[in-house]
Amino acid sequence: MQTKKIINDGNKAVDEMLDGVLAAHPKHLKRVEGSPRSVVAVDGPRPGKVGIVVGGGSGHEPTFLGFVGKGLADGCAVGNVFASPPPDPILECAKAVDGGAGVLFQYGNYAGDVMNFDMAAEMAAMDDIEVRTVLTTDDVATKDKAKRRGVAGNFFTFKAGGAAADMMKSLDEVERIVRKANDQTFSMGVALAPCSLPQTRTPNFELGPDEMEIGMGIHGEPGVTRGKLKSADEIVDDMVDRIFAEMAPSRGERVAVLVNSLGSTPLMELYIMNRRVRQRLDDLGLETHATWVGNYCTSLEMAGASITLHRMDGELQEMLDRPCDCAMFRAG
Amino acid sequence: MIDAARLKAMVGHIADTIEREKDRLCALDGVIGDADHGIAMSLGFGAARDAVEGLDETADPTMVLNTAAKSFLNAVGASSGPLYATALMRGAASIKGKAELATEDVVAMLQAMAKGIQDRGKAELGEKTMIDAWLPAASAAGEAISQGLARALSAASEAAHAGAEATKNMVASKGRAERLGERSLGHMDPGAASAAMVIEAMRKSLTD
Repeated sequence: MQTKKIINDGNKAVDEMLDGVLAAHPKHLKRVEGSPRSVVAVDGPRPGKVGIVVGGGSGHEPTFLGFVGKGLADGCAVGNVFASPPPDPILECAKAVDGGAGVLFQYGNYAGDVMNFDMAAEMAAMDDIEVRTVLTTDDVATKDKAKRRGVAGNFFTFKAGGAAADMMKSLDEVERIVRKANDQTFSMGVALAPCSLPQTRTPNFELGPDEMEIGMGIHGEPGVTRGKLKSADEIVDDMVDRIFAEMAPSRGERVAVLVNSLGSTPLMELYIMNRRVRQRLDDLGLETHATWVGNYCTSLEMAGASITLHRMDGELQEMLDRPCDCAMFRAG
Repeated sequence: MIDAARLKAMVGHIADTIEREKDRLCALDGVIGDADHGIAMSLGFGAARDAVEGLDETADPTMVLNTAAKSFLNAVGASSGPLYATALMRGAASIKGKAELATEDVVAMLQAMAKGIQDRGKAELGEKTMIDAWLPAASAAGEAISQGLARALSAASEAAHAGAEATKNMVASKGRAERLGERSLGHMDPGAASAAMVIEAMRKSLTD
């Protein structure tokens, strides 16, 4: 049986979504002329400023295009559902936001995205645009940091890059700050029920009616453990323990928290999770500087959530606190 | 005689084959990946077929493959976009200036495609990727080259199928399934499965 979706045509879902996004947010977003899958900020890109280009597959909204705006990303290349955009729309974004100070590509670490963005970077170099790349690798479900997926932690790495660029820092500096932000960002997810792609409308994985899977990726990639569904506190403890094991936090350190829905898990459950997250942070003597709870990096209608902790020194805190104004997110 | 028209038909035949097998590829990918491989492959080869059908009679074999490459890439992105676009562009470069392809040219094209995929994806044999179908196919075609085109491409197709089967016993260490490690054991890699389909479709359309 096919899953229920409010769509017209699975193959047109991304383009029709984009039409709706642009109709809703004309003050923040516009298309690059002649490149319908390239969205740039109305305000933000300017001469002398490093351009921030993000992107990836669709289906994770508001990631990625919701984070385009002043003080955050300047442009976003929009791929098919769960598929990297091809090099052309990435290149068109780079050209559109290049202010002569270079462009930073920021996206999650997936083989497809890396190939397409790298090809776009090579093409941009031929147009004399200097491109650097920082991959987001925040998903601690993978042991080796360099191989980690990028998940909800893009929120913090994009924020750091957008703020640094908005402060007119050099490409070297923006890159350094984003690398630091990525090094200090740790996420863990849990899935309760699958999502389905608009083209197939069949669940993209199977999970028993009373099961959950810790560490599942935002495309339904299998995680680290599968077991019976537990209580919110037990689930959060499992996730936070895994994050702490990688992060090794010390008393007195400052963190920002993101409790994120994978799509259909409601705010009520996210806040129940956040309650426990805060208890755990308080128990360890960590200072919670800021918290976001809601849909920030989704996986279509998947049920489940992720927890991201972002540890900050003074510089990263300055980046996080700097005002920004995007279609689907505002801070400061 | 393998000319531009045969290569156009080949692209069309690959597209039809993948379209037929789309759901099976998505299901394979759902087990160890994100369930979209069949979609990406069918969109990509579908776009390639439409683009090469739009070429006029002056298009030579190189142009057919280059057109297929560009349209595939722009329709898809994903992982398969850069990999197959690079394969097709390298294939195009290997037959540059030729209006008709001899057995050696077709085998060189197949080998250039395999090399292109390997260069772009940086995978090695045994890492549970499409390379496990493409590299054995390229070698087998080379070894059987003296037996004529039909035999060379049959050998390639058989090797590709055997390579795809063998991915069931491999632990993924490249590509999206690498995060699975041991849990990828027992499942065929969807990229290798579709590669075997592509190579068999090439054999069929170039030799039947």
